Amino acid sequence: MELKLPIYLDNNATTPCDPRVVEAMLPYFTEKFGNAASRNHSFGWAAEEAVDYAREQVAKLINADPKEIIFTSGATESDNLALKGVYEMYQSKGNHIITCTTEHKAVLDTCKHIEKLGGQITYLPVKEDGLIDLAELEKAITDKTILISIMYGNNEIGVLQPIREISKIARKHGVLLFTDATQAVGKIPVDVNADGIDLMAFSAHKIYGPKGVGALYVRRKNPRVKVTAQMDGGGHERGMRSGTMNVTGIVGLGKACEICMHEMEAEAKRLSALRDKLENALLELEESYVNGNREHRLPHVCNISFKYVEGEGLMMGFNKNIAVSSGSACTSASLEPSYVLKALGLGDDLAHSSLRFGLGRFTTEEQIDYTINAIKDTVLKLREMSPLWEMFKEGIDLDKIEWAHH
Amino acid sequence: MAYSEKVIDHYSNPKNVGTLDKSKANVGTGLVGAPECGDVMRLQIEVDEQSGLIKDAKFKTFGCGSAIASSSLATEWLKGKTVDQAMEIDNMDIVEELHLPPVKIHCSVLAEDAIKAAINDYRVKNGLPELVEEKKH
Ligand SMILES: Cc1ncc(COP(=O)(O)O)c(C=O)c1O
Ligand code: FES
Repeated sequence: MELKLPIYLDNNATTPCDPRVVEAMLPYFTEKFGNAASRNHSFGWAAEEAVDYAREQVAKLINADPKEIIFTSGATESDNLALKGVYEMYQSKGNHIITCTTEHKAVLDTCKHIEKLGGQITYLPVKEDGLIDLAELEKAITDKTILISIMYGNNEIGVLQPIREISKIARKHGVLLFTDATQAVGKIPVDVNADGIDLMAFSAHKIYGPKGVGALYVRRKNPRVKVTAQMDGGGHERGMRSGTMNVTGIVGLGKACEICMHEMEAEAKRLSALRDKLENALLELEESYVNGNREHRLPHVCNISFKYVEGEGLMMGFNKNIAVSSGSACTSASLEPSYVLKALGLGDDLAHSSLRFGLGRFTTEEQIDYTINAIKDTVLKLREMSPLWEMFKEGIDLDKIEWAHH
Repeated sequence: MAYSEKVIDHYSNPKNVGTLDKSKANVGTGLVGAPECGDVMRLQIEVDEQSGLIKDAKFKTFGCGSAIASSSLATEWLKGKTVDQAMEIDNMDIVEELHLPPVKIHCSVLAEDAIKAAINDYRVKNGLPELVEEKKH
């Protein structure tokens, strides 16, 4: 097979639309353009029917009831609706929410907002491997705790939190469990009943669907969960999320879920083999380290630090041909390295030296082989250029040097 | 962010990567930045004792492409200059030459700091007083 460049290995950021998804969406832009809320004519009925069908496709993937699916504009909105909606709805029960430091900003910043409203938030630390400590979670629960918000799979390191065990603790104490499963749904089996999840956020564009559409799962039985709407208007989605339905997007999300349902198992197997090949080859480089737990991890993700080379400089060596992302501060506007990697206890130097590889449905073995060579060559080249590498090789302890901090 | 042609060129074919013997009296070494900040630059000059001209300059840099390009450019500029002339190199000259965007100005600052640190190291080794920086970043 011919190798096509550039190679996209940033599938945690977003994924291309599957052509089958695009095909399913197309009629809903033109002939079937109706408003799903128009109850009196065939245009509206066709749209409503499409939305209902998509709701079933989505529900099936996560073993939910279609009535438990609320369509949103994406995981960010779902995170906001879950957290703020529960906070408002359950205010009479308490004001305490437990989350953790490696959550996505859509969760962390929403929690900050809730703090300003008078909420109390506990940010659990994570262990070196990125997992939370269940004993600490249980200890953090008080009689004011209404919600535990722990993500399913992490977007930077792919680490999977023990959602079932977390759920057992939540149930034992009568606390609701919300999980941001944006990176996990469609990639690994996620079953809201077996996993004991009460609310769950996910997004179409991470599973080969379109951008700007997602869903929030809200449990209806055992227990019946309610959220206060954060968007007022026409009372769509059983009053929980007003706004004319994004029919094309929803059809795309539905189709994307259906494809994942059928192909996920084989895809995960194929991608984890490719990921392991990539990872093992890169670990042959001296002083390279995998970030996060390697066992409890999404099958298509790997995050590696190449000590003594800087991430952005590293990416420049191949980013004409390979798209990955880095935890380096130089790539971020804030000039701060990745807070997720720092939460694992990585020094800033290692956080600066990290690359994240996110494989996907369209990743081929040829691409992985090419990537292995390109990354290895660049790391070796940059280490020849790195004063830190030279010092390391001379046996100088870098921690003992007095650096001139800016 | 897209890099300028010149940055890409220096990054792909860096000039004067290497190490000079820092124990020699006519070699000045400047090591600036910090690993936690994501950038460390080591720049060295070797001064010809007869002519007072910088006859060689080498660098090694841990940092982004702009930092690597800034130090590569700096070593090119240093060669053939007197130590006093070298002192005149301003980070904004580097910014201009490499078309660095505002977020990358600090990479050029680092290069200027490295030049000054190398010169001072050379001066101290040769019994001259350290030059204090009049410009504070
Ligand atoms: C874990 C996680 N949560 C939330 C989001 C935000 O998703 P969306 O882009 O659909 O708003 C992302 C994507 O960046 C994510 O990875
Ligand atoms: S070294 Fe960090 S931006 Fe240049």
